[in-house]
Amino acid sequence: MKDFFNYFSEIFKGVASLFRGMRVTGYYFFHPGQIVTQQYPENRKTLVMLDRFKGEVIMPHNENNEHKCTGCGICELNCPNGSIEIISKQILTDEGKKKRIIDQHIYHLDMCTFCSLCVKTCPSDALAWGQEFEHAVYDRSKLTKVLNQAGSQLMKGVE
Amino acid sequence: MAFNIYDFTSFTQSIDQGLNSVMPAFWAMITEMVIIGVAILAFYALVGLFLVYAERKVCAFMQNRVGPNRVGPYGIIQTIADLIKLLMKELVEIKKADKLLFTIAPFIVIIASFMAIAAIPFAKGLHAIDFNIGVLYVVAVSSLGVVGILIAGWSSNNKYSLIGAMRSGAQIVSYELSVGLSLITACILVGSLQLSTIVESQADGWLIFKGHIPAVIAFLIYLVASTAETNRGPFDLAEAESELTAGFHVEYSGIKFAFFFLAEYMNMFIVASIGATIFWGGWMPLHIGGWGSFNMVMDYIPPFVWYIGKTAVIIWIMMWFKWTFPRLRIDQLLTLEWKYLLPINLFNILLMAFIVLMGWHF
Ligand code: SF4
Ligand code: SF4
Repeated sequence: MKDFFNYFSEIFKGVASLFRGMRVTGYYFFHPGQIVTQQYPENRKTLVMLDRFKGEVIMPHNENNEHKCTGCGICELNCPNGSIEIISKQILTDEGKKKRIIDQHIYHLDMCTFCSLCVKTCPSDALAWGQEFEHAVYDRSKLTKVLNQAGSQLMKGVE
Repeated sequence: MAFNIYDFTSFTQSIDQGLNSVMPAFWAMITEMVIIGVAILAFYALVGLFLVYAERKVCAFMQNRVGPNRVGPYGIIQTIADLIKLLMKELVEIKKADKLLFTIAPFIVIIASFMAIAAIPFAKGLHAIDFNIGVLYVVAVSSLGVVGILIAGWSSNNKYSLIGAMRSGAQIVSYELSVGLSLITACILVGSLQLSTIVESQADGWLIFKGHIPAVIAFLIYLVASTAETNRGPFDLAEAESELTAGFHVEYSGIKFAFFFLAEYMNMFIVASIGATIFWGGWMPLHIGGWGSFNMVMDYIPPFVWYIGKTAVIIWIMMWFKWTFPRLRIDQLLTLEWKYLLPINLFNILLMAFIVLMGWHF
């Protein structure tokens, strides 16, 4: 007798749980307002990416065209696939001391795996993630970028 | 030529008489067969294309997506674009395949569903062939498709295909029982296997209302079992993309693949129309005994619209199943049939017979 009741209670429980699932999908079906799909090319103007989205590695510059990269080369060492090349140069400071500064911070977007190691390990927080994601180009060489802008300088106070 | 959207009898009869007056009876019959064949073929292709589109849209909405929306307004001609793509694809030759069987398998599948569609009453008088054993014929013919699936799996000479085909065989053998028995439950109430009689008998109320409890149970079992019979999710073990890549049609390409694809959707359409015909009255408008004016209003809607509407609702329910439930394992599949559906079904037949005997139906 117990088995008999178990048999039917199992059926009812099973059907009830199936209905629970069907209620969710049925609700979605009749509420198209819940659709989360973004209509990409149309919404290009209003598209806002998430903060943690990794589009490409950038080097933020302030309004005086100053960045924070000291040219230490730690990002180059940490990049697992050699996507970063640091070219540094020697200058003489005002006090007459020799100093090594960044000449070109070369970033190969086509080799980058977006692992974020460079951004995390930079001791002076010179790197960040940009939101740009439309990277399609016809020529691969366009994906090699120089991150420090022309004529830019090291920000005051960053060593 | 009398044309009446409420009753096609005079229309089809006038075609018949017209043909018979210009040619001998034998040739008239041949011509009629060709006309019907072409008409059904066109209907088949249209419904198939539309169903593929509908499935994508329905599944997209159930998953909070938009679905096809680029080709044409609301993506309406997406499936036509897909068809053109499939037509132009290369038919890959499988070296170790059994060439003959490999080639005829898709045709068997599609012919089986084609034969079933001939026996479906679309509207009053719009019925290609009205067997007195219509239900039996439809059940028999629609299960022929599995032969094609088995042949496809075997001749591909691929282990995934073979496993998929064997699963499909086990599945059809089991669920065919439930489909047949649940239809028999309905036939007990009507007392006929002829589809036109079954529809006529529902003029004063659909069978699912007339037979109340056992009819509702039979309808639910029919829904589950026919979903399984058409190899659709959650019973799509024969394809099981994640385990068997694509199951029995993994080696097929181009238009041969399209045949399997189309046949799956047409089988869904066929089982849905049989369900609608037998349990929901087919093209018969919704009539409630004694409500004269209400019945009159319902009669204004043409039977063909009723038929399509009911079929569409059942198809929508089957899509709802597919896009809600996860796929069953093969043992769960067989447990469901042999431990639950079949005993309930057998008991249900007895219950229905008893109710008919006592006259407790409406
Ligand atoms: S970006 Fe950071 S880690 Fe890389 S060279 Fe410049 S300061 Fe060093
Ligand atoms: S994100 Fe990773 S792969 Fe890309 S440049 Fe930085 S360290 Fe290299």
